[in-house]
Amino acid sequence: MADVRRVISILVENESSVLSRVSGLFAGRGYNIETLTVAPIPDTNRSRITIVTKGSKRVIEQITKQLHKLIPVYKVVEHDEMVEKEMILAKFPIEENLSDIQALCQAYNGGIANVGADMIIGMVTDEPCRIKHFLEATKRYNPIEVVRGGVVAIER
Amino acid sequence: MKMNGARMVCEAIIAEGTKTVFGYPGGAIMNVYDEIYKQDGFEHILNRHEQASVHAADGYARATGEVGVAMVTSGPGFTNAVTGLATAYMDSIPLVVISGQVPLSLIGTDGFQEIDAVGISRPCTKHNYLVRELSELPRILKEAFHIARSGRPGPVLVDIPKDITAEIGEFVYPNSVNIPSYKPTTKGNKRQIDKAVEAILKAKKPLLYIGGGAVLSNASDLIRKLALMGGIPAVETLMARGVMGDSNPLLQGMLGMHGNYSSNMAMSETDLVISLGARFDDRVTGKLSEFAKYADVIHIDIDPANISKLVDVDYPIVGDITIVLEKIIAGLEDKIKPERYSDWRDVLNRYNELHPLTFQDSDDVIKPQWVVERVGELLGEKAIVTSDVGQHQMWTAQHYPFDRPRQWINSGGLGTMGFGFPAALGAKKGYPEKTVINFTGDGSILMNMQELVTASEYKIPVINIILNNHFLGMVRQWQSFFYDNRFAETDLSYQPNFKALAESCGGIGYDVTTKEEFDKALKDAIEKDRVTFINVAINRFENVLPMVPAGGALYNMILADQKEEK
Repeated sequence: MADVRRVISILVENESSVLSRVSGLFAGRGYNIETLTVAPIPDTNRSRITIVTKGSKRVIEQITKQLHKLIPVYKVVEHDEMVEKEMILAKFPIEENLSDIQALCQAYNGGIANVGADMIIGMVTDEPCRIKHFLEATKRYNPIEVVRGGVVAIER
Repeated sequence: MKMNGARMVCEAIIAEGTKTVFGYPGGAIMNVYDEIYKQDGFEHILNRHEQASVHAADGYARATGEVGVAMVTSGPGFTNAVTGLATAYMDSIPLVVISGQVPLSLIGTDGFQEIDAVGISRPCTKHNYLVRELSELPRILKEAFHIARSGRPGPVLVDIPKDITAEIGEFVYPNSVNIPSYKPTTKGNKRQIDKAVEAILKAKKPLLYIGGGAVLSNASDLIRKLALMGGIPAVETLMARGVMGDSNPLLQGMLGMHGNYSSNMAMSETDLVISLGARFDDRVTGKLSEFAKYADVIHIDIDPANISKLVDVDYPIVGDITIVLEKIIAGLEDKIKPERYSDWRDVLNRYNELHPLTFQDSDDVIKPQWVVERVGELLGEKAIVTSDVGQHQMWTAQHYPFDRPRQWINSGGLGTMGFGFPAALGAKKGYPEKTVINFTGDGSILMNMQELVTASEYKIPVINIILNNHFLGMVRQWQSFFYDNRFAETDLSYQPNFKALAESCGGIGYDVTTKEEFDKALKDAIEKDRVTFINVAINRFENVLPMVPAGGALYNMILADQKEEK
């Protein structure tokens, strides 16, 4: 069976060990984590964990079922129709062309986040495949450091 | 009522109805032991190793169907308990294990006897808790028992820092549990059940594939009823021995790596597998692509993750076997005709005549299978039988005439050597009037032999029958078959004097080399009513047969009549 990419949202009780239960399950059963994002859901005692994973259909089915079995897990959503975003922060030397970098960041739903004495920081937020293109495009501006956030997704 | 955390632990155990707790004290759990000293709601058994405490609680749970409770201290006390937790986890046994922890203020400082118990036990418990506030302790204890016994049962660890057991607070034990994120499905989907009934009525060669879940669900009576009303043949996994009853003509026997010929052939030729609480373990299926190749599969399991994990399922039913079977039986009533499957039963009967489960008995040396069958003749239904892990375990599973569920107690999933003796102690505490026999080997018994002292002190007279071939027998068998007779580290010729060992700990020992001596020893042991080692010298090179080599197809068995040892 061919591997497929899946975005899975996990709604969990907001308790100290819940993230290790989830990540431990992936490690222990040999499932793959490409990205993982976690934050509390406002005005509740729950958190949302968003995981991007890859696996055969059978493995993906097992992942959702095994996640369901964890006691503090309320809900597991295997996204199908969704809006999916990922964020990048990138630091460039001040010598690079500032307006070029600004234009590039704007093309990917972003802009300049900060300008310092010897560097500029650009920020973009876009779909994962476009994020890849952005990373390609930044190479010619000699980025000093690139920080990539995990995927967050919401059902359409 | 105001009390300290330690007393709350005792009150919860009493409220849950557990009569026997197994454990071992130490620094971080001392407050709880101080309260155990003051109460008389349950008995505490001091095992001589924490691993044995958890196995004993496990044996108690398997024999009685109640939640077993074990108690250990922090650090090494807890790590010694891990094998017990993992054993119970793999076989879905309801346990609550209480562990002491260093005081909250010391957590994370590498304190004396500090170890991250919830971190270590996460993959081998159904759930675990580190108690951070006294106020949540009553709720956590209530939830622990509820989670352990509901849904697919399993062990739950409650790790309690020492300062919390000393702190005083208000105690009200909750009447009910509400965990919004934990609601096991028990009823089964009606549409799927209806479809399954249709499939059974359409099948020509249906087969009941019974697993350990049938024991956990106490579904034996219903399964026997279903088999009888349809004349449907059945096979049992290692964990399900006793569910159908040995004398039931529809029972083909145990299937899998050491299953008998007609069981494995039934699975290979059936057109409809009706899986009842079984999980398609690799020791059962052999080569997956050849397993039940011609069959549709009805899979009834309380754990949705077991369904379609390894084998594609045509009729998935998530639910408690007892509840689902009641509905299936109601659906089949008046419609199912046992005559429909008579050709199928004839085929299996012929297979059974062709290659019955058998062994070559001898007058010169005791054969292990003879010992098991002899105990079956003498005690039969009257005994609870436990075992360790290895050849003796398979011989017992194959040859003992198990009549009822919970009569057979062994470590199936994890395969834990050293399980049998402490589990026997737990079973005997659950059913003091039953004779409890532990079939063990000269390898396994040494892994928890310190329990001789426990058994003597508390007068728990279990009978250990050591099938002694001076080998780590199962590994030796694989070395004979697959490693060209290179017996790497499996020769156990250097042994303790088992008779003297038992006697030095307050038990009785027998050295047995003939059948007459064995009968005499067993009768004497039952009369004397003390913990016993019966050390039986058996044929050194006896193999467990039939055998499906690992990864092979079930129908390719090495059979006893093909491979006879001299």
